[in-house]
Amino acid sequence: MASKLTRSTGAGWAFALPGFGLIALFIIVPFFFAFGLSLTNQRLISPNPTEYVGFENYRDLLSLSVITLEPERDDSGAVIRDEDGEIEYPRVRTITRSDDFPQYRGMREWFRWQSAETARVVIASDVVFMKALVNTLMFVLVVAPVQGGLALILALLINQKLRGINIYRAIYFMPVVVSIVVVSLLWRFIYDGNDGLLNNLLSAITFGGWQPVDWLGNPDTALGSIMAMSIWQAVGFHMVIWLSGLQTISPTLYEAAEIEGASKWQTFRYVTWPGLRNTAVLVLIVITMQAFALFAQIDVMTNGGPLDSTQTVVFQAVERGYGKQDISGGSTISVILFLLVLTISLIQRWLTREK
Amino acid sequence: MADVRLKNVRKSFGAVDVINGVDIEVEDGEFVVFVGPSGCGKSTLLRMIAGLEDITSGTLSIGGTVVNEMPPKERGVGMVFQTYAIFPHMTVRENMGFGLTIARAGKEEKDRRVNEAARILQMEHLLDRRPSQLSGGQRQRVAIGRAIVRKPSVFLFDEPLSNLDAALRMDMRMEIGKLHQQLEATMIYVTHDQVEAMTLADKIVVLRDGEVMQVGTPMELYHNPANLFVAGFIGAPSMNFLSVDVSEVADGVALVSNPSLDPVRIGSVKQPVAVGHKATLGIRPQYLHPTDPDKGMLHGTVALTERLGAETIVDVAMKDGTKIIAALSEDRMLDPGTEIGLTFDTEQAHLFAEHP
Ligand SMILES: Nc1ncnc2c1ncn2[C@@H]1O[C@H](COP(=O)(O)OP(=O)(O)O)[C@@H](O)[C@H]1O
Ligand SMILES: [Mg+2]
Repeated sequence: MASKLTRSTGAGWAFALPGFGLIALFIIVPFFFAFGLSLTNQRLISPNPTEYVGFENYRDLLSLSVITLEPERDDSGAVIRDEDGEIEYPRVRTITRSDDFPQYRGMREWFRWQSAETARVVIASDVVFMKALVNTLMFVLVVAPVQGGLALILALLINQKLRGINIYRAIYFMPVVVSIVVVSLLWRFIYDGNDGLLNNLLSAITFGGWQPVDWLGNPDTALGSIMAMSIWQAVGFHMVIWLSGLQTISPTLYEAAEIEGASKWQTFRYVTWPGLRNTAVLVLIVITMQAFALFAQIDVMTNGGPLDSTQTVVFQAVERGYGKQDISGGSTISVILFLLVLTISLIQRWLTREK
Repeated sequence: MADVRLKNVRKSFGAVDVINGVDIEVEDGEFVVFVGPSGCGKSTLLRMIAGLEDITSGTLSIGGTVVNEMPPKERGVGMVFQTYAIFPHMTVRENMGFGLTIARAGKEEKDRRVNEAARILQMEHLLDRRPSQLSGGQRQRVAIGRAIVRKPSVFLFDEPLSNLDAALRMDMRMEIGKLHQQLEATMIYVTHDQVEAMTLADKIVVLRDGEVMQVGTPMELYHNPANLFVAGFIGAPSMNFLSVDVSEVADGVALVSNPSLDPVRIGSVKQPVAVGHKATLGIRPQYLHPTDPDKGMLHGTVALTERLGAETIVDVAMKDGTKIIAALSEDRMLDPGTEIGLTFDTEQAHLFAEHP
């Protein structure tokens, strides 16, 4: 029976208000705030009044240039080389600090490459942010396919009528329900350079032949270690999504394929995978968004180090906004991240659209 | 082409016995229908022939080879499911060519065989559509097409028409019959609908609770049912069953009567009956004819008349409170409450020792 209460729009709005209000307060308003603040020089605490600065924050973060360095030459015009035979170039700061090039003022070298005798140097006004951007993109590029793929394999293994299969389901899902902060702390012990579980394990299976690695302290292994741990942590979540997709496929289709003589692989290719289309789009987009938001693992495990090798965009946003009290800088990073994720999601939607 | 033989085949799901020792012989090129009420194990039996279910015990051979342990693809069977089971993301052409795609056949051969099957099923104009753009009947046609393309030696149909509406069902039924004549393949067809069984089958296997009740041509089952179950299952409306007293048995002819039935001699005695015992007399509604109240062998009053135009179904209440149904092949109004007598040809009545 529809009572007067359930038919009245006023009551409906009243019930929706608390939830709606909270969403507005903590998601919608801050979203627009970030846009606004990114156009100012707002700081967390400052005696000076806030000023509108236009796109200066964006310029400070994103400015990139390539400068060409000619080798140093001696009086005869020959290229000067150091003891190792490497060509010597003028120092970059002779350009970025020179009054002749005001457009490069304050920028620093990000990386360089050499073509013939000249060197080209990419300079950025915010090298740390650039590294964070690259690390984040690397993280997404590795984690999205690997985590999605592993989750699918687990789901296919779990999706069988076997006694006790639910135990495996629970085991794979367990890391998902544990807080990422706790998981990160645990994995810090696992990755420990001296007495970590991983080093001990590798040493045990190589009969002591393994040289311990400081997984999180080495710029070459730090990001990879965080990727591995992040993949492990959330793979169970995506496994469950795949599993729900698998269960929407009618068992009769598998029987029809079996009668027609399809092998396991052909069954996957012609029945399972096409049936998982929509699930695949969902998993891909969700993993991508989660990967872009990489923060807690960095904050607990490496703080962006060593040598900025694990800096990420969200970590930088927090670091700027609260660590350095540069609210406008943090907001700018957030807006850039938003636009990045939006663009990539739209591209993914377009690539996976129904043809 | 191949014959199919089941010898003492059994199937249990855990502790539940679903098929209890079945012997069936399907000859090469024969159209055999398994018919029985819902849950009697028809699908299970068919799925065992297809290789989708393990056989608990007994032997199954196709074309002279025991195939108990063979996977479906090696058995040379094609199957059509009640729910069509066509692949939603493939076009009709891709669906029909699926078996050949799986077998990595060349494109030319695939096209040729798909087109041929489409011609047989008159659906060439549908080849580039997707299943979502097809009606139920067309989808089932695609499923049949997929089975035809692979040229299996045995076709298996599991209630292929149950999801279709009545008019379409009749069309498709005729098409499947035509298909059998065209392909001359062995076909096993499962249904709970006795009309489908009667119209399509060369041979009908009547099943009940996982056991074969009778095997025979449609007319054998209709005119010579071996037991009450088959007698009641085949034919519409169902055969009338009268509880009668046996007063004399001589030379295979029994004299029976009851309070509303004058003594009659019945020659078609299906199961041994004994004098002084109760037996069941079965008379098909079509063989009962109304006459004046003081004539005929059966006496009662009209309870209800249903006029279908060419046919009239009359419910007659007997003196002992039972009810029997007469189906008259003419349009005739019998007012409820009128007393009538009914005659029947005793040659067309059957006597069973069982009781319903
Ligand atoms: N996988 C199964 N597990 C347990 N019981 C089953 C299974 N499949 C079928 N049955 C049982 O077997 C009996 C016969 O089923 P089925 O062959 O589908 O009947 P029909 O097709 O004649 O309607 C039913 O009682 C059903 O509950
Ligand atoms: Mg069935």
